[in-house]
Amino acid sequence: MNTIIIISVLPIVLLYLGLYKAQKALLPVTVIGLLAALGFAICQWTSKDTAQPLYTGMLLFNNFSVVFSSVTIISTILILLLSKGYFERISRHTAEYYAIILFSLAGIIVMVSFNNLVMLFIGIEIMSVSLYILAGIKKSDFASNEAALKYFLMGAFSTGFLLFGMALLYGSSGSFNMDAIREYVINHPHIDPMFYTGIALLIVGLCFKVGAAPFHFWTPDVYEGAPTLITAFMSTVVKTAGFAAFLRLFSACFQPLSDFWTPILLVITIITLFIGNITALYQQSFKRMLAFSSISHAGYLLFAIVSLGAASGNSVFVYATAYSIASIIAFGGLILVQQQSGSDNFESFNGLGKKNPFLALVLTVAMLSLAGIPLTAGFIGKFFMFSGAVSRYHIGLVIIAVINAIISIFYYFRVIIAMYFRDGERAELTVPVYYKVVFAVSALATILIGVYPDLIARFI
Amino acid sequence: MTVSILLFLPIVAAVITALLKNGIAKHAALFFSVAQLVIALIFLSKFVPDASTQFVIDAPWISSYGIYFSAGIDGISMVLVLLTSVLVPLIILTTYQHQYKSEGAFYGLILFMQAGMLVVFTALDGFLFYVGWEAALIPIYFICALWGGENRIRITIKFFIYTFAGSLFMLVGIIYLYLQSPDKTFDIHNFYKMTLDVKHQNWIFWAFFLAFAIKMPLFPFHTWQPDTYTEAPSGGTMMLSGIMLKMGIYGAIRWMIPNAPLGFFHFQTLALILGVIGVVYASIIAFKQKDGKRLIAYSSIGHVGLIAAGIFAWNIAGVQGAVIQMLNHGINVVGMFFIWDIISRRLNTREISQLGGIAKVAPRFAIGFLIILLGTVGLPLTNGFIGEFLLLKGVFDFSVQHYVNLVLASVAGLTIIFGAVYMLRLYKNVMQGETNALTATFTDVSGTEKFTLCLICVLVIVLGVYPQPILHISEAAVTQLVNQVSSKFTM
Repeated sequence: MNTIIIISVLPIVLLYLGLYKAQKALLPVTVIGLLAALGFAICQWTSKDTAQPLYTGMLLFNNFSVVFSSVTIISTILILLLSKGYFERISRHTAEYYAIILFSLAGIIVMVSFNNLVMLFIGIEIMSVSLYILAGIKKSDFASNEAALKYFLMGAFSTGFLLFGMALLYGSSGSFNMDAIREYVINHPHIDPMFYTGIALLIVGLCFKVGAAPFHFWTPDVYEGAPTLITAFMSTVVKTAGFAAFLRLFSACFQPLSDFWTPILLVITIITLFIGNITALYQQSFKRMLAFSSISHAGYLLFAIVSLGAASGNSVFVYATAYSIASIIAFGGLILVQQQSGSDNFESFNGLGKKNPFLALVLTVAMLSLAGIPLTAGFIGKFFMFSGAVSRYHIGLVIIAVINAIISIFYYFRVIIAMYFRDGERAELTVPVYYKVVFAVSALATILIGVYPDLIARFI
Repeated sequence: MTVSILLFLPIVAAVITALLKNGIAKHAALFFSVAQLVIALIFLSKFVPDASTQFVIDAPWISSYGIYFSAGIDGISMVLVLLTSVLVPLIILTTYQHQYKSEGAFYGLILFMQAGMLVVFTALDGFLFYVGWEAALIPIYFICALWGGENRIRITIKFFIYTFAGSLFMLVGIIYLYLQSPDKTFDIHNFYKMTLDVKHQNWIFWAFFLAFAIKMPLFPFHTWQPDTYTEAPSGGTMMLSGIMLKMGIYGAIRWMIPNAPLGFFHFQTLALILGVIGVVYASIIAFKQKDGKRLIAYSSIGHVGLIAAGIFAWNIAGVQGAVIQMLNHGINVVGMFFIWDIISRRLNTREISQLGGIAKVAPRFAIGFLIILLGTVGLPLTNGFIGEFLLLKGVFDFSVQHYVNLVLASVAGLTIIFGAVYMLRLYKNVMQGETNALTATFTDVSGTEKFTLCLICVLVIVLGVYPQPILHISEAAVTQLVNQVSSKFTM
């Protein structure tokens, strides 16, 4: 519980630090605060998963919440370390960035530990409102403003669906509490059609938030327009949280009704995979490619919900972790290359292997992990997802996923090919120390998880 | 003593080599690979040639999915471990004349690839097998793409995607087997015990078949092979043709046929016919090649087609022939590519038509070439003979047994004639005839080149005159495996 409190208080402290012009203290204070929150979260882990609901059943900080809080907090720390010197360049109000990112993280912690639909809604809103601001935080930049407006309009729209869905669930089951809803589902052989409508609307709302097709239209523009670090935050931490909430809700409440919603999600998954991968294939910009690849990864993550079972939580956790750390490397590398060449096209990576062997190596590890090649964490994530789907006899879905995995090789390998096999006129990039640390830690984690997944795969 | 030493040494060696500077890396890689060979020979001396799996390591790996780091050596694996351990130092020796940029990375990748292939040849756990399978693919992709010829980018990505696509289907097959297994593990012995119905076995058969057919490569999945072999640096080509394609053959013997026996019997004749088509098709194309490296690449498709046919005949002669031919083909094809590498490096051409009369200026080279060539053709008393003989016997027995008319066996037999035709023609055009202005500059082999060539020739002759020890290693294991599968068919 202390985790939420720390993460809520921390941004206020940071705003005061900003007020008193203590710019140098911002990053250390944030990181120390987050580490404390992480420590408190990990202390809540219990081997038998015996957590009790808190605050009259509003929150339940169980093992599921512990692992997802941990992965989101760690990813946030890594992203913030990359921000050393980044925010100062694009704005004078540095403290705002840290504060708003942390507010968003507070919402995320609520999202992964809710036990009541109201808390889910509040968590999503705390996160989203912060993100609307973050997307548009480059006040004088046209693309950034466009991103913020698009994100806000689409986000507000999807929130409407979400809220309407919840209202319908309340209308038929008489409670917002997840235990009560589960009771209702189990005890009523004939479920109200209103309840089904509610589930369908919730699916729409949540798919908006996680960027699954056909509700993905905001993603590429928002990801491209927002400052790169914010994009990194949105496509890793926010996506992880979205899926955690999605999974938590469906596994707790709607599992008995899977005959109803599985076909819907199956279609969404297949569309998401194809749209994400095929569109990514045609991108010239690395950043847009990452945006579309994040859509395709949303498709793989949906596997866990389509084939809902005891192992789903673990699969989402491992997949999201692998995806997050690999994406952080990719975005970090992009920031450096973009600073040097002023462009985020694939061509700007040409010849990087010769000039910056370390950077090229970690980016290669990240790309291999995103493509799901063995001995990287990404493969373990895909393996868990495929196993889950095969165990539910979704063989057709797995075949489609395999085809998509093959398509994705083309665009992930474009980066590797550009870095190593194409020559480019370029000077050596200076990689700041903070970046080196983040890259080394992330690449090492990617390989360690890939070689020995039990490091993280046994906590749920 | 467990097989883990054999699997982890190359990884450690790869990391160390990758960090070394140009000039030292080469020697370090040779040292490590020879050390590896010595260890493999120690394993061989302690190996008891019965059907059991020895030197087993079995450690928990991913607990929640019942995955074990489980590997061991039986007779079939032993031959392939030998193949890998003998060929890697040889291949490193053949590259001694090359000056690769960032040498450490090159040799590091070769050693890493060796580790992946050894995992494939010894794995007893489906997941481990798959990981080794892919772990061998990544390094060779980088070797080809970083040190290859002009069209390397386009061709290597084709190669990568082809093989990766095949292996992902295999992964789905392995996961399916795992989910059907009674105690939810990836243990191969558990897979062997299961009896799924025919429909599922058919699917599993195809999932595996795709991966292995692409890797070998079998007609019509071979289109990546000639281009990749031609564009890859000679060391990479040798790794691919000498060892890596054996992963596909080994996989068929160990994983595909025993795990889906009913599916296999359903498609047995079709698979066999594909193998035989490959023999004829590749031989005809090889005959027309102007580029020597491509010619050897196609000849390799032909030989592999025959090995595949022998496996798909699935009797003791066929499988034994496949096992020994894997070893011998590895040695011969490395020898052939080495010969061609010597020629093209000295004369800067790969066109057969520009060559001729080298034998006059380089007699030692000519003798080495001839011995290796005769081995490839399969002349009696060279190493190629025994394997081809057993393979053809296997195919013939199958034809008799299944009342398929003998055309199949006779056509497969053409491989020896075809092989002799294009190989001897190659020798005639390159080595004999008049020496021209270009070939007059050819200097005879000496130093490491001569040493390497001698080693290969000795292997060709020794294994040709006395192949019994190798056959003895794998005999019990092959017999057991063949009977195990056949018994499922009669049930």
